[in-house]
Amino acid sequence: MAVAQNQLNVPPVRVNGGLLGTIVGAKTKFQIRRAIWGYIFALPWVLGLIIFWGGPILASIYYGFTHYEVPGSPRFIGLENYVQAFTKDDLFWPSLSRTFQFTAMYVPVAVLGALLLAVLLNQGLKGTTFFRTLFFMPHLIPAVALAVLWIYLLQPKFGPINQILRGIGIENPPNWLAAKSSALYGVTLINVWAAIGGNTMLIFLAGLQGVPRELYEAAQMDGAGAWSKFRNVTLPLLTPTIFFNLVLAVIGALKVFSTAWVATQGGPSYATWFFALHIYTEAFQYFHLGYASALAWVLAVILLIFTFIQVRTSRRWVHYEGG
Amino acid sequence: MAVAQSTVSRAGAAQNSWIEWLKQLGGRTGLYLITLFLAFIFGFPLFWTVMSSLKTPGEMAEFPPPWLPAIPQWENYAQVLFLPRIPVTVWVWNSTLVTVLVTLGVLITSSLVAYSFARFEYRGRDFLFMITLATVMLPAQVTLIPQFVLFFNLGWMNSHLPLWVPAWFGGGAFAIFLMRQFFLTLPKDLDEAALIDGASYFRIFWSILLPLCKPVLATLAIITMIDAWSDFLGPLIYLNSPEKFTLAVGLRFFVNAPDVSSEPMDHLIMAACVMYMLPMMIIFFFGQRFFVQGIVMSGIKG
Repeated sequence: MAVAQNQLNVPPVRVNGGLLGTIVGAKTKFQIRRAIWGYIFALPWVLGLIIFWGGPILASIYYGFTHYEVPGSPRFIGLENYVQAFTKDDLFWPSLSRTFQFTAMYVPVAVLGALLLAVLLNQGLKGTTFFRTLFFMPHLIPAVALAVLWIYLLQPKFGPINQILRGIGIENPPNWLAAKSSALYGVTLINVWAAIGGNTMLIFLAGLQGVPRELYEAAQMDGAGAWSKFRNVTLPLLTPTIFFNLVLAVIGALKVFSTAWVATQGGPSYATWFFALHIYTEAFQYFHLGYASALAWVLAVILLIFTFIQVRTSRRWVHYEGG
Repeated sequence: MAVAQSTVSRAGAAQNSWIEWLKQLGGRTGLYLITLFLAFIFGFPLFWTVMSSLKTPGEMAEFPPPWLPAIPQWENYAQVLFLPRIPVTVWVWNSTLVTVLVTLGVLITSSLVAYSFARFEYRGRDFLFMITLATVMLPAQVTLIPQFVLFFNLGWMNSHLPLWVPAWFGGGAFAIFLMRQFFLTLPKDLDEAALIDGASYFRIFWSILLPLCKPVLATLAIITMIDAWSDFLGPLIYLNSPEKFTLAVGLRFFVNAPDVSSEPMDHLIMAACVMYMLPMMIIFFFGQRFFVQGIVMSGIKG
């Protein structure tokens, strides 16, 4: 806004602003003083942006085109890292495909589940506050504690989950995290359990409380049943919220790391070797910093593409009120 | 809704209203049953963890494992704090220290920066704010490696500095955005009156505006504390000796260290787990109102 104002006032009235006034975009002595204080207060973040964002982003683009192992310094090798990732790295495609499999299972269950929980909590049942707090608790568990306690819960022989499953007559419950065939489902289960009653649900709940009561009453007059009201009133009004939560869930799922790293270390036999784990091991276990930077950019581009696709396609089905 | 439904049905034929009433009772009961089932799904693993942390090693190894400890072993919690080679007490201290420093840094610097964005006019301000919002789009993985190189060159490996120092540089886009939105709701007359009285800009910020920001500061503090306390990737990358660990990496070390003692440790691991998650639940319990507000605000942002 400050810039726009200046452009409108051409030629600038240099009362006593002078050069300094032009630089900071101010005219009077008072405005200059204020502008300078503005810069001073913004300074920590300006430095932060340069040191922890801008600089690192440029550096990591560059590292992606270098051979860089610690100890040592980066040596430019062009596209070699990317060629290696796409054609030679045995774990590149499998880890991408694991990540997508995880995302495909996690996102629908977590988002739909959160929506159903929110609808349930919006029915005015007694004890709603208590249940909301209880449903939210898993989301508060730090990732490492979450993974650790589920290692025990899913323990094939002693774990209470399989104890319950055997109790209800399932003879051979899965070995969960211990078996190649089921580890991915185990990790998905852990993440879904922790996410379903969390922020996603709270955002849905806020969205539901924003749906005007009159609309339900009008639908009631027209003889609409519960499902019809949900389908024709709640759902259309909630689509922006659903969309927002979907984007967040996809981004979160594609970055899945901590729970898998603690619960399975990516195993057994790479069954839960997600892309973020691949980046982490390349970078911080083998110290292939150049190659890992290239991998990180592959992930960044995938995330941006997904966000973009979701923003584009949403125009067809997202209902914004008054829009 | 339920009330409206029953009034409508009362207006209908007598026998119809009976059926309606039964239907509704059934529906209501059904909803409660579903809710209780879900409460079991979300509550049981937590309950089981707490119960396991109170068992004896013998009870942990029994098959089939008992659901409840015969006598709750509260001394497990004392025992886990003073294990040889598993310095849980040190980890608790480290986690607390890092969490406090991160939270202070985020609160102080993000509110200063937000004050600048909300109340001052200078060239480049709106551009700077746009960049701030854009940083949210980029995944942390991209900046992680160069930051590692930076801290490595500074000689900050195996110290807590990489974990909390960045928080003192503005506290990140989310914090700045949240604070700025709040500053914009405060009337500008307040600043101007103080300015006329000769107060400095910093004094206006510190003595007049900040005290009015208590609710949003509480929101931000809770969200930041939970994030900092739970952070795993940062400590995993930067810390490598057990006496520097935070609880996140320490707990993982504990689980993966069977050679520490010949005694089975599972019940103590469960106790450490409970000790690690409990503070967050307590903070959430007392600050629930602020926390929910913050989540909803960040939702609206999108």
